[in-house]
Amino acid sequence: MKAHWPRAAFAAFVAALAVVPLFAPEFWVTLGNYIGLYSIVALGLVLLTGVAGQTSFGQAAFVGLGAYTTAYLTTKFGTSPWFALAIGMAITGAVALFLGFITLRMKGHYLPLATIAWGISLFYVFGNLEMLGGHTGMSGIPALSLFGFELKSEHRYYYLIWGIALACLWATDNLLDSRPGRAIRSLKGGLQMAEAFGVDAARLKIVVFVYAALLACISGWLYAHLQRFVNPTPFFITQGIEYLFMAVVGGAGSVWGAVLGATIITLLKQVLQDWLPALFGRSGNFELIVFGILMILLLQFARDGLWPWIERLLPKRQPPPVPPAAPLPARDRTPLDGALLDVQKARKQFGGLVAVNDLSFQIRPGEILGLIGPNGAGKSTTFSLISGAAELTSGDIRFCGEPIGGAPPYEIARRGIGRTFQHVKLIPQMTVLDNVALGAYLRGSTGILRAALALDGAEEARTKAEAARAIARVGLGSHTFDAAGSLPLGKQRIVEIARALAADPVLLLLDEPAAGLRYLEKQELAALLRTLKAEGMTVLLVEHDMDFVMGLTDRLVVMDFGEKLAEGRPAEIQNNDAVREAYLGGVV
Amino acid sequence: MDPTIAALLAQDGITNGAIYALLALALVLVFTVTRIVWIPAGEFVAWGTLTLAGLQTGAVPGTLKVLVGMAVIAGLMEAWGCVRRGQAQRVPGRLALWIGGPALVAALVWWLAPMQLPFIVQVLLTLATITALGPLLYRVAYQPLAEASVLVLLIVSVALHFTLLGLGLLFFGAEGSRTPAFSSASLSIAGVNISVQSLLVVASSLALIGALALFFGRTLYGKALRATAVNRAGARLVGISPDFAGALTFTLAALLCGFSGVLIGPITTIYYDSGFLVGLKGFVGAIIGGLSSYPIAAAGALLVGLIESFSSFWASAFKEVIVFTLIIPVLLWRSLTTTHHEEDE
Repeated sequence: MKAHWPRAAFAAFVAALAVVPLFAPEFWVTLGNYIGLYSIVALGLVLLTGVAGQTSFGQAAFVGLGAYTTAYLTTKFGTSPWFALAIGMAITGAVALFLGFITLRMKGHYLPLATIAWGISLFYVFGNLEMLGGHTGMSGIPALSLFGFELKSEHRYYYLIWGIALACLWATDNLLDSRPGRAIRSLKGGLQMAEAFGVDAARLKIVVFVYAALLACISGWLYAHLQRFVNPTPFFITQGIEYLFMAVVGGAGSVWGAVLGATIITLLKQVLQDWLPALFGRSGNFELIVFGILMILLLQFARDGLWPWIERLLPKRQPPPVPPAAPLPARDRTPLDGALLDVQKARKQFGGLVAVNDLSFQIRPGEILGLIGPNGAGKSTTFSLISGAAELTSGDIRFCGEPIGGAPPYEIARRGIGRTFQHVKLIPQMTVLDNVALGAYLRGSTGILRAALALDGAEEARTKAEAARAIARVGLGSHTFDAAGSLPLGKQRIVEIARALAADPVLLLLDEPAAGLRYLEKQELAALLRTLKAEGMTVLLVEHDMDFVMGLTDRLVVMDFGEKLAEGRPAEIQNNDAVREAYLGGVV
Repeated sequence: MDPTIAALLAQDGITNGAIYALLALALVLVFTVTRIVWIPAGEFVAWGTLTLAGLQTGAVPGTLKVLVGMAVIAGLMEAWGCVRRGQAQRVPGRLALWIGGPALVAALVWWLAPMQLPFIVQVLLTLATITALGPLLYRVAYQPLAEASVLVLLIVSVALHFTLLGLGLLFFGAEGSRTPAFSSASLSIAGVNISVQSLLVVASSLALIGALALFFGRTLYGKALRATAVNRAGARLVGISPDFAGALTFTLAALLCGFSGVLIGPITTIYYDSGFLVGLKGFVGAIIGGLSSYPIAAAGALLVGLIESFSSFWASAFKEVIVFTLIIPVLLWRSLTTTHHEEDE
């Protein structure tokens, strides 16, 4: 995700940006100004759409809020533009918070639909309010001053726009490569996974939406003081859709995609607006036809946008090995008497169906316990009850003597129960290192602001080092910087174990870890689990594969029809008549 | 406000609401079967009105060019698909279906358009043109992405909206059109004047809704669509082709939209870009129904029509603001009543 391209390329880009206004004609400077303004908005959409998997067509309305707030305050009350920016951001933040709150708890398509409605409403509000100048707009907005310099000329303003745009790029890039950034990127992998590692998904989605809205507001404020005039037209939903196109064309997965997309769409629009009316022999917004068709082709053939193609051309930098750092604060591991996990008469009913029927068993510290049973026995439901993914109907589950029944997944994770998933849930584009570092989410505390301003260096180094240690512990050190999705299934399951280990758990819950593995992979997995046990880890294994559990576990609990059928050492279970009956349908 | 004005506004609201209801049904239908949020529905409405207005003057409507163009693209895509699967012998059949069918419609309209036939024939020609566009649009734009996320399909919808908007401007120009009413008579019932046109709009909306209910309840194809809406993978396993279901859905939805266009033409002047707002009002209704319930969506659309009509009396400048802000309390209510966390696809 983070662009690993050399500083030289970045320096060349900034240098090119800096010299353009020195010799380029006025027209190019104007274009450059607009590209900068649009990049800031598209950047928010990259985060929202490409990274968090949400979207908004209403960004133009947020731009409008920023522009109109400063236009109104500076012309009617003569306030400082900088004060107006603060007020504009406060208003935008409040509106985005509200819209996010009412839509983001529901399915993904309600947010975009709400932003369309909101974008249209605000346009008509701007156009019909007398105090905002109606459809003719407001003029006479003062020029900005910075350290006594009046930024009246387009040339001077260019540096302000691009200074702010680069600052926003820098902050967003920092954010993506941080504790909250990993959490944001995990949102696309499904809420269940994110929440199992302590990510408050609903809250984070709203935060990202607000962040994108604030970027749009800043762009609008800059626009108002550049044009010195505002009217409702540039804030209509059509422009909002164009912003989204910029993010998608550029590549909604990278911050540089925002700049690329803004550049392409702005230049293309210029060219098409000159050419198409001549081609069709009349005037009109015919570039819309081309934009629409290009967009559909892009989505059909290159859904990740154009940036990945450019990135491939840039020289690759070999990521340096993760530098060692002090470990993150570790859990208190005082040995305790009695059971580590105590399941007492756990019951789960779905309507009339009793999936788990008053099941009781215990896990002792340091053992590997296997939970087995035929299909539909209730193993997975039991697993969900322990991990907090499903709620108990009745009964009690205690961990280290404290009740955890009914606690949300992140609370259970916080207390020291790590888990893997039956269907591997990794973020395929993210490196193994970042995937595993997500496991340590609850051991850090960096928030959005600290991450964006790159003030999280020490904690981030410790997190990365911790993740690298977990990766080395499971023997995947050579894959640290590979994309998780590029590994074979067996290795991906091991990455899931490393991710669970990064949370510093006392108990590991493994959901069918051997499913779909080849023979050698199973042996490696068994060896890894034995090593972990030797290091003091306690493991609960839900498994189908008889050979695998028989050779590995200390004890087995056999379930059938939601009830405990038998419990004991593997050898005892193998000779248990009831178990043979359940598995083989009677004594053969 | 006196009762006469209230009655008049209510009549307006119900008439518009009935049209929005047709749209809302089309949108719910498309969403449940294909997971597509069909933003360009509004363009189909506008094209319906503008095509009919063109036929009124005896001109060959520009819609035909789009029809033929999309048919050629769809035909080529189908043929290429057959060749790639090694079924070259099926190419002629595919071409006949995807290019021949629409070309037949286009030829018929092209031949009959200058004759200025009776109004009802013009309406039928309009409906044939617009309806034929539906499956073509699905084939060309959506089918290659049928398995993509709702979000990607939504972005495609918005891109299509842009394209169709630009094409509309190209073919119909910037001038608005109105179409004649089916009837200019009015009845006086209990002292309230009711125009026959309004009655016709409401009656034909009800008739179409009834026909849809019959189609879904009684016919095999209707049941197949319902099955696809409930479970796409399951429907596929019992032999319902998702491509076919998509094309059929868009045929029905295009027919509903085209018909809405014919109904709305006499009420409002329609420009090439009027469809967007009309379509979104249908969406507000559909969202009230959670994009899943037909009766609630229709009722929601009726509510939208009434609110629009009354707010145009009290605060005409803020008519659109009020209608589109209505979505906020609706979403708030849905959000607060949605208790479980829905896992995104």
